[in-house]
Amino acid sequence: MTDFDFGVIWTSLPFLWEGLQLSLWLTFLAVIGGIVLGTLLTLARLSGILPLALIAAGYVNLIRSVPLILVIFWFYFLVPLVLGRPVGSFYSALIAFVLFEAAYYSEIMRAGIQSVAKGQKFAGQSTGLGYWQIQRHIILPQAFRNMIPILVTQGIILFQDTSLVFVVSLRDFMTTSSIVARTEGRLVEMYVFAALVYFVICFTGSVLVKRMRDRMAT
Amino acid sequence: MIDIENVSKWYGDFQVLKDCTSQVTQKEVVVVCGPSGSGKSTLIKCVNGLEPVQQGRIVVDGADITAKGTDLTALRARIGMVFQHFELYPHMTVRENLCLAQEKVLKRSRDEAVSRAELFLDRVGLSEHIDKHPGQLSGGQQQRVAIARSLVMDPIVMLFDEPTSALDPEMINEVLDVMVELAKEGMTMMVVTHEMGFAKKVADRVIFMDEGAIVEDRSTEDFFGNPESDRAKDFLSKILNH
Repeated sequence: MTDFDFGVIWTSLPFLWEGLQLSLWLTFLAVIGGIVLGTLLTLARLSGILPLALIAAGYVNLIRSVPLILVIFWFYFLVPLVLGRPVGSFYSALIAFVLFEAAYYSEIMRAGIQSVAKGQKFAGQSTGLGYWQIQRHIILPQAFRNMIPILVTQGIILFQDTSLVFVVSLRDFMTTSSIVARTEGRLVEMYVFAALVYFVICFTGSVLVKRMRDRMAT
Repeated sequence: MIDIENVSKWYGDFQVLKDCTSQVTQKEVVVVCGPSGSGKSTLIKCVNGLEPVQQGRIVVDGADITAKGTDLTALRARIGMVFQHFELYPHMTVRENLCLAQEKVLKRSRDEAVSRAELFLDRVGLSEHIDKHPGQLSGGQQQRVAIARSLVMDPIVMLFDEPTSALDPEMINEVLDVMVELAKEGMTMMVVTHEMGFAKKVADRVIFMDEGAIVEDRSTEDFFGNPESDRAKDFLSKILNH
């Protein structure tokens, strides 16, 4: 246990960097997709159109009741079956993340929309604006602004969760780290390094969120 | 212009409006007053369908607000409403606040909407604030912007729901002045307010509500000079004594 060799990190940096890029890219796309789909789910739930609301609510509750890793597996095997051709683990993972995160973003957005005073909706209605116009121009911009810190927090959690693509052999940062760890026989060094990288990124994100909250509070 | 016929409304088991009947004719200014919780704000929100009613009928300019299948959005576009808490859109400038519904509902061009916004901002004396956000304005200024936001839509009637209740005392008059002007120009108005001075000055009729029911509905002169019910007498003595 005496001879730690952290040099292995240095020599593997290009490979690890590719992994990290994939993790960040996957996170970014999944956050965007999750917010878009999550917002649509929320609007459906709050639309007052019963079948639409029930389907959306059912979807959110179903997704929130299954483990993420199962969803990732599921789409890894399911998407090629549905499309009739392989889509690669990146796209199947991305679809899984978007569909999974949408349920969580939908809950966040619902709270955000409900945080906008009811009077704002009344004001829009009283000038003759329709439901979708009110959402688009009045409610959602305010809801998003109120929700940005929580949306970013959810993004940080999502970034950590991307490490689960390990199970479909997608070469994200976690996977590349463990490939290096095993091939070079430097398990301790690599996993310490990986933990450090995740910590720095997520902690920076958290500090950012805290700053935003402070600024919004004033 | 506005016909309220036997309107009742419940929140769960609690009846907030009890068989209310009244009307507002064209160019008439009607003040609705009464103790808090008397249902006056609820009643005025029913007039443009913001709150649904369970019984009775409300007809505005020939269109039945309470009937199924009525195009509420088209009707509401012609009914101006001013709220207790202004309800300006905080993320938009004053200009955008005034243009949104003009462009999206009335399909006016940007130029046309802006020129109308400028016209009405000038009328409420706030031209120089067109590029500000609502948060940069005082309460009185915000409420005047809110009135202008309704007026740019060329409403056939204006509803005011306690327009001065959330204001500091020194700002109440600047808002009332705008409303008095409007009344003098012949705007049809239904105003929920505690400002009895305003009522005496411009109201043609006063509706007094208590516990969800319309207790008195009489000419302004009669109401202040000779209130019939004990509850109205009691209310007036409390509100006018100091």
